[in-house]
Amino acid sequence: MPELGKYAGAVLSSYGLSLLLLALLTGLSLWRARRMKAALRKVEERVKRHG
Amino acid sequence: MASIWEYANPRKFLETSDRVLPWLAALAGVALVVGLVWGFFFTPDDYRQGSTVKIIYLHVPSALIAINGWLMMLVASLIWLIRRHHVSALAARAAAPIGATMTVIALLTGAIWGQPMWGTWWAWDPRLTSFLILFLFYLGYIALWAAVEDDDTAADLTSILCLVGSVFAVLSRYAVNFWNQGLHQGASLSMDKADNVANVFYLPLLVCMAAFVLLFLALVLLRTQTEIRARRMRALLARERMS
Amino acid sequence: MIALLMRDLRLAVRAGGGFGLGLAFFLIVVALVPFSVGPETALLARIAPGVLWLGALLACLLSLDRILALDWEDGSLDLLATAPIPLEGIVSVKALAHWITTALPLVIAAPVLGVLLSLPAQGYLWLIVSLLVGTPALSVIGTFGAALTVGIKRGGLLLSLLVLPLYVPVLIFGAEVARRGAEGQAVQVHLLLLGAITCGAMALLPFASAAVLRVNLR
Repeated sequence: MPELGKYAGAVLSSYGLSLLLLALLTGLSLWRARRMKAALRKVEERVKRHG
Repeated sequence: MASIWEYANPRKFLETSDRVLPWLAALAGVALVVGLVWGFFFTPDDYRQGSTVKIIYLHVPSALIAINGWLMMLVASLIWLIRRHHVSALAARAAAPIGATMTVIALLTGAIWGQPMWGTWWAWDPRLTSFLILFLFYLGYIALWAAVEDDDTAADLTSILCLVGSVFAVLSRYAVNFWNQGLHQGASLSMDKADNVANVFYLPLLVCMAAFVLLFLALVLLRTQTEIRARRMRALLARERMS
Repeated sequence: MIALLMRDLRLAVRAGGGFGLGLAFFLIVVALVPFSVGPETALLARIAPGVLWLGALLACLLSLDRILALDWEDGSLDLLATAPIPLEGIVSVKALAHWITTALPLVIAAPVLGVLLSLPAQGYLWLIVSLLVGTPALSVIGTFGAALTVGIKRGGLLLSLLVLPLYVPVLIFGAEVARRGAEGQAVQVHLLLLGAITCGAMALLPFASAAVLRVNLR
């Protein structure tokens, strides 16, 4: 851990918040991508069976 | 590779992006880790700003993406309006939440940085203000996409909003200069020469900027894939209801 | 086109179409300001130009969805679109009608409300001038927003979200002219820039509004 001095709170909180936001964004994107892929596959199979 | 327009075919786009995406994501991850670890652990403190200078490795790259994300949406909107490629419109849609998040990161880190340096979380300084306005534009754009049901109508409306919004965003950027002179330091980076930022800070910052660009590209590809699939699913469901 | 303008004006006046509603809203907003910031004359005089501008802007915003929504609902917009006038002309006329019925009364009422906020005497002229120059831009931009959201049910809130960021430059320069006028500083540069924004908006935005309306009427 580097010595952050009296600004430790500012530096750490900005890193924490930014990484949290980035992780949220990436996580949500991945989650939606996976769900959409699965849902589309289901619908495509159903259409194929009936069509 | 015959022409870039081949990738306007959704199937082709999905295939290619599926192949590119893992590499891009890995590269973005590595660059992000390298840049941030380098910046956080292995750079000295600034003699004036102390350790808060480390915030620059998040603040500047996110601001870069926040602006250029909108620019990318503008280009994608123009391509949609002129050549009617669905992938383009969907890419613009996919980029908007990323740009909005980056704007928030830039504003948050800026506020946290400003508190010890300027003694205030927020000042109505031209740059801060124009970023807030940019954020509002992102919100409006996302809200309009969400509100219109028909895909093509939504794409048309949001594209035109993006064009008009770009003009007004630039206008606001220069209008706020007339309205208040700011605390913010001018652009500390120029591409050819780093005058104001010493090399120790400059190199890891470049890595971080590259990392954010890569991350943006990877996320745009991923989210565009999702949008293409969502669109295809809506089309399939609609056809099913018809028959 | 003149017939269309007269029709819109008549509708606005006759059918209780909110003519005067914006004016009442403006009055209430301005009357509420002293309650929220306190009745100190010096403070009120200092913020009066900004408050009056903001109030006028919000009153404009309030009536935007009326520009097109009624015509959209009863189908007369479809008829207008097939009329021999270009759609760009129609949206311009709509914006003009909105300006005459909503913004012009606000401009006329603003000095009266300025008295309530103890606006300095030298400020009245520039307040009126800045509103006269700036409000047409508000109407034109608002028409663009109304055209964007015309097909959306309950689009009122969305309309505000879309239009307010677009109002920023107009508000900045308009309020700046009014403030400088009230403080006796030079207003020329800001007034010219405000005029430039208005002219640019009036010249270009009808094309965007018409394009958007065509998409919505498809």
